[in-house]
Amino acid sequence: MSNTPLTPDLELPDEHYLNATYGSGIRSWLLTTDHKRIALLYLASVTVFFFIGGVLATMIRIHLLTPGGALVTPETYNKLFTMHGVAMIFFFLIPSIPAVFGNFLIPLMIGAKDLAFPKINLLSWYIYLIGGGFVLYSFSTGGLDTGWTFYTPLSSVYSNSAVTPAVIGIFINGFSSILTGLNFIVTIHTMRAPGMTWFRLPLFAWAHYATSLVMILGTPVVAITLLLAGLERMFHLGFFNPALGGDPILFQHLFWFYSHPAVYIMILPAMGVVSEIIPTFARKPIFGYSFIAGSSIAIAVIGFLVWAHHMFVTGESTYAALTFSFLSYLVAIPSAVKVFNWTSTLYKGSISWDPPMVYALGFIGLFVIGGLTGLFLACLGLDIHIHDTYFVVAHFHYIMVGGAVMGYVGGLHFWWPKITGRLYPKSLSQFAAIILFVGFNLTFFPQFILGYLGMPRRYHTYPPEFQVLNVLSTAGASILALGYLLPMSYLIWSMRYGKVAGPNPWPATGLEWKTDSPPLTENFHVTPEVTWEPYDFQNRPDLGLAAGARPLAPAHGDD
Amino acid sequence: MSEHIVSPKVYIVIFASLMLGTGLTVWAAFQNFHQYNIVIALGIATIKATLVVLYFMHARYSPGRTQLVIVCSIFWLAIMLALTLADYDTRPHDITLAAPQVFYCV
Amino acid sequence: MHRTGDLYGHFQTLEQQKETATLGMWIFLVTEVLFFGGLFLTYTINRSAFSTAFGIGSNTLDITLGAGNTVVLIMSSLTMAMAVWSAQVGKKKLVSIFLIATLGLGTVFLGVKAVEYKQKFDHHLIPGHGFDMKYHPAHPMARDDLKELALEKKEVDEAFAVDPDINFHGQLYFSLYFGMTGLHALHMIVGVGLLIWLITGSFAGRFTPQYNTPVEIVGLYWHFVDIVWIYLFPLLYLIDRHR
Repeated sequence: MSNTPLTPDLELPDEHYLNATYGSGIRSWLLTTDHKRIALLYLASVTVFFFIGGVLATMIRIHLLTPGGALVTPETYNKLFTMHGVAMIFFFLIPSIPAVFGNFLIPLMIGAKDLAFPKINLLSWYIYLIGGGFVLYSFSTGGLDTGWTFYTPLSSVYSNSAVTPAVIGIFINGFSSILTGLNFIVTIHTMRAPGMTWFRLPLFAWAHYATSLVMILGTPVVAITLLLAGLERMFHLGFFNPALGGDPILFQHLFWFYSHPAVYIMILPAMGVVSEIIPTFARKPIFGYSFIAGSSIAIAVIGFLVWAHHMFVTGESTYAALTFSFLSYLVAIPSAVKVFNWTSTLYKGSISWDPPMVYALGFIGLFVIGGLTGLFLACLGLDIHIHDTYFVVAHFHYIMVGGAVMGYVGGLHFWWPKITGRLYPKSLSQFAAIILFVGFNLTFFPQFILGYLGMPRRYHTYPPEFQVLNVLSTAGASILALGYLLPMSYLIWSMRYGKVAGPNPWPATGLEWKTDSPPLTENFHVTPEVTWEPYDFQNRPDLGLAAGARPLAPAHGDD
Repeated sequence: MSEHIVSPKVYIVIFASLMLGTGLTVWAAFQNFHQYNIVIALGIATIKATLVVLYFMHARYSPGRTQLVIVCSIFWLAIMLALTLADYDTRPHDITLAAPQVFYCV
Repeated sequence: MHRTGDLYGHFQTLEQQKETATLGMWIFLVTEVLFFGGLFLTYTINRSAFSTAFGIGSNTLDITLGAGNTVVLIMSSLTMAMAVWSAQVGKKKLVSIFLIATLGLGTVFLGVKAVEYKQKFDHHLIPGHGFDMKYHPAHPMARDDLKELALEKKEVDEAFAVDPDINFHGQLYFSLYFGMTGLHALHMIVGVGLLIWLITGSFAGRFTPQYNTPVEIVGLYWHFVDIVWIYLFPLLYLIDRHR
């Protein structure tokens, strides 16, 4: 491209966090307190769990190719979906965006040298590994067949699988999540650079503040709950065992007090990612900044008031069920505020179709479907019909995979140049985003129909009339797998062969783009002072955008 | 932020009040106030806890941010207790739990 | 992460560092509130379902030891607060003295707790196969007051008449008793560890009016553990004393 304003021969900075040596080799990674390196440690470890969960998902989909079950015994099938859920939820989705991007970006975005408690940050990674170790031990010595929800008394008395180590592992892992959340909240409160007021914070930081609230207020409750369930199993106590006078519904209350808000631990950071990507590639200030920020907090708070909608058919009181049904509708309001504001930002923007944008737009579409079907499930009467069917499975996969994972992969594409200093091939990554979108819909849309027609979840067989839709879903899953493997390969390729990105390739307005790519260990050469408003493309001559100009040549050139 | 130093006199007064509260709560437990025994016991405990938070933990002299943190913790605890108990309180009362029948799975 | 004196490299000022540490501890305590909260909720639901069993279980606890331990713990909170004050006004010697006093009182508390646990073990009140509310009244121990024991036997018999499954429901009470006091004791043990760390620091004269954050935030933790006990005492020891 001839009109590119960027320096043609960009080079990586001489000194950055990746080549800095303190201590020697592997030790400089395993004992690092640099938030950016810890983020990469997390990136590697959540990817491992993503693959474990992914392999299990593949086995589930292959098994469901035929009505009688094509692959495994019924007992093994129970273990497959349980282990898939545990690996994906506790060890991939919950740490994914916060522990990788939150860790990497929050200090950069607010102009700090590190998180408030760097040693605790490293500690939380080790806690994650120990928890993960216990869970992998459980997986490999008998597996786990209780469902990821660990309902008692199945988990505490009757299950013959390795429940105890799994419960211990998730209990331990909870502290990793708590410490991460604690670190973020304190960092955002006390470590902001001069001029970085609350309403100049990037929306990503707001989203992580809200996420951290859920982490510190919810996680301890699930920790004590699983501890009690574990003690019940080990010492034959009776807290949740009706045979001994205990109350299994109490377990569900305590469990969902965390595990419903935990959904927002997964989706809020993805919303934060999208809120960064959309204005960047629409070259427009985000529409309704304070509403997006406020709606993150609102989702975190209201999210704590709705948990018993998971328990409509357990025998909880009808009055409670009605209240929880009503309160559940309320979550739709701040969620819709966000979608409205994103689309309004796109309106009359100078949209460019860079890969992160394709993922972000995909996120919006999938999140809308996932969110609206959530309203179906929040409706007390309708939920009786579709409870525990594939409708529920499809709904939460639209939120967690279509939402959270799409946001995660989108964020990976958006900040990859910052993390590694290099760009990846553009057309291939746009293609991968489309593959992911198509594969995802083909996998999970048929499951809405299956569920509505009455196919229950967690069964290893189904009546023959459901086969066509199941085969479609499995076909979609194989396309979806390609959608993950493609980015995986070209991102790794780009680490060595990618074009050097420069400090601000898109260009974007955040503080993280004002430093080198990859950044220094101390993040900034001098402590930055913030004098501009967030997402303000007009008054930022340093971005190289003339006022009101059309979008610049794409960062990638025309590869 | 110049820090506020609480004088030992205040600590002694608070300590004396806490002792008094402990004595009071033991005394009250031996009286029959019917269903109010538990209310009185928890009331005294809450007053004692408040004194500890305000003075021993310096919450009274802390920045608003710290006070907000404390209020949040109480608020979320209240959400958990209130909404769960709301379910139990509004269930039909003629349902009793099944008689015990113990199975052990080892 | 380099550090100059007491200031870690990623902070600008000591004041910012102190604010950060204090806020961090407060937020950690929030998680503790919710952590114990789940346990208190379990307690509430079970107690309201099985009030007879909880009452009788509560009456088997030794109120003298319980109340005595409450006094010990509140005293330790006072000495902890005084340690913070001593550090703030720069009396280095007093810091050590008050920290050691706190440590001593904390250890006394744990010792008393151990005596109580041992008693329950001897009385077959540990949840599990050997659990039997009738065991102790029928098998007096060497130092038992026989009059009191007769009273206890009467109470247990009455309770059996009201709730024939009391040996199951009593186990719920004792599971919660051991769960709640055990978790509290675990926090005490962590606190004792932290105090030992502080005491070594105070012997080295590290805590001054300019830098006393460790004393202050361990103090916050210690007072929180005290608050948990302030609730545990009436909830576990004083359920049904007026009968």
